[in-house]
Amino acid sequence: MTTRTATDIAAGVRSRSLRATDVLEESLAAIDAREHEVHAFNLVLRDEARAAAAEVDLRVAAGDDPGPLAGVPIALKDVLCTRGIPTTCSSKILEKWRPPYDATVVQRLAGAGAVVVGKTNMDEFAMGSSTENSAFGPTRNPHDLTRVPGGSSGGSAAAVAAGFAPVALGSDTGGSIRQPAALCGVVGVNPTYGLVSRYGLVAFASSLDQIGPMSNTVADAALVLEVIAGHDPLDSTSIDAPAPRLDGSGDDGVAGLKIGVVAELLDGVDADVAGRVEEAARALEKGGAVVTDTSVPASRYGLSAYYLIASAEASSNLARYDGVRYGLRVDGDEITEMYKATRSAGFGAEVKRRIMLGTYALSAGYYDAYYGQAQRVRTLIIRDFATAYADHDVLLGPTSPTTAFELGAKTEDPLSMYLTDVCTIPTKLAGHPAISVPYGTGDDGLPVGVQLLGPALSERRLFAAAAALEASLA
Amino acid sequence: MGKGISREDVLHVARLARLDLTEAELERFTEQLAAVLDHAADVASLDTAGVPPTAHPLELQNVLRDDVPEPSLDRDEVLAQAPAVEDGRFAVPRILGEEA
Repeated sequence: MTTRTATDIAAGVRSRSLRATDVLEESLAAIDAREHEVHAFNLVLRDEARAAAAEVDLRVAAGDDPGPLAGVPIALKDVLCTRGIPTTCSSKILEKWRPPYDATVVQRLAGAGAVVVGKTNMDEFAMGSSTENSAFGPTRNPHDLTRVPGGSSGGSAAAVAAGFAPVALGSDTGGSIRQPAALCGVVGVNPTYGLVSRYGLVAFASSLDQIGPMSNTVADAALVLEVIAGHDPLDSTSIDAPAPRLDGSGDDGVAGLKIGVVAELLDGVDADVAGRVEEAARALEKGGAVVTDTSVPASRYGLSAYYLIASAEASSNLARYDGVRYGLRVDGDEITEMYKATRSAGFGAEVKRRIMLGTYALSAGYYDAYYGQAQRVRTLIIRDFATAYADHDVLLGPTSPTTAFELGAKTEDPLSMYLTDVCTIPTKLAGHPAISVPYGTGDDGLPVGVQLLGPALSERRLFAAAAALEASLA
Repeated sequence: MGKGISREDVLHVARLARLDLTEAELERFTEQLAAVLDHAADVASLDTAGVPPTAHPLELQNVLRDDVPEPSLDRDEVLAQAPAVEDGRFAVPRILGEEA
């Protein structure tokens, strides 16, 4: 099992004390040992990864610096476009698709010397919270194979937790990086909306989707985020300003930081999870932070607003899967029959549900009551966060109301599955960043994650607080 | 609000979304969507008079660039991914007789 950090690997490879090819073989050996039972990957890219690692070693030998992620094995959620390499979104409708271009983050990783080991399993089109909605079978939690890894980036979380790679990329629309990170006991970062380019991220809900890192350590997540963050002209929602510097953020400390524990995020949360949040608050206090209770009242409407907004955007985004330009086609006599046959055969049940919920929320007679109302609630949530941040630098809460649940526990009741996202959604509606940090275990011995939230572009502060929490456990 | 979604509503929405549902799917989705919409009644019934909607978290302006041709995707690579191609174009079934 890989216990090396990305930070150590990159330093070792750049200083010639480690070889990228040897590091990669450790990853592949870990995959060979446990992938059959975890199923973190849709595709392991052995040959491509070996070629990339050999190239890194050659460059180092030639006196070049391959970059800040030199020789670091990384797993990519299968929602990120990789040129010529299958990108399925765990959907039958894209099963054979080979994108004609790389996502911007994939190019940036390659430019920094990272080695992509594979494409990870996910809930179909990132719609789900358990990675059970995959057309290619569920991923299992490496800590307990009877439990889900969370979702939708469950494959990436499991890959890091199982030691298949020290770092991975996921995507977060309502919590899809942070919730699986919490359930698998790894670090997960949802960056400020617009900080990381979405070019080449297959769209689910465009006003919410963000790519972010998952890792075993806080410093590794910062290292990866620094590489993938920054303006990209290919994404018109990309922030055209310098990205926050994260280097050295682990040494900033939390002295004097004003931290608010959000009452609404603790509402209905299991007692053992709430206990870890309380302990995290005390640890931050010990580090010199001033911790007080606070409230973001409108966040109690976040879940409903989110499922209306995200589904509405999804119903529009997923109209592109029509059997014409790429992906599955099921023949029909005329074009509408072809559309229906293709979409009915290609989409799984959860994707159909979300498309229909979104179509309904946008349809004549219901638009104002559902989609319009949800957009107004979004404004209320943004205002309430602004009020909270007037008095606090960082907010604290749980990432998930429970530890990892059993496979099959929530698949028959979509609403119960949606409720698992209740703690991660509010900050998404505001476009703000948040980090989930592993913080002990629940009564069942499974990992608990606590969540640090901040206003737009406050990443450096969040990483400082996350590092302080990590250090308090050591 | 909170009146629930009917079987006819679900059929209508499926038609709009270009999805064919089996009888079993229709039944299950009607029940499940009703439960989700029932939960969303908290949002639907909220007094939001005077609150403007937010469509997007960033205060975005239009992003423009000079109208100069730039390299784009390789046409053959793109067409190689299409289910059906004819004379360098995407091929589709007949479109006449499309439902109204």
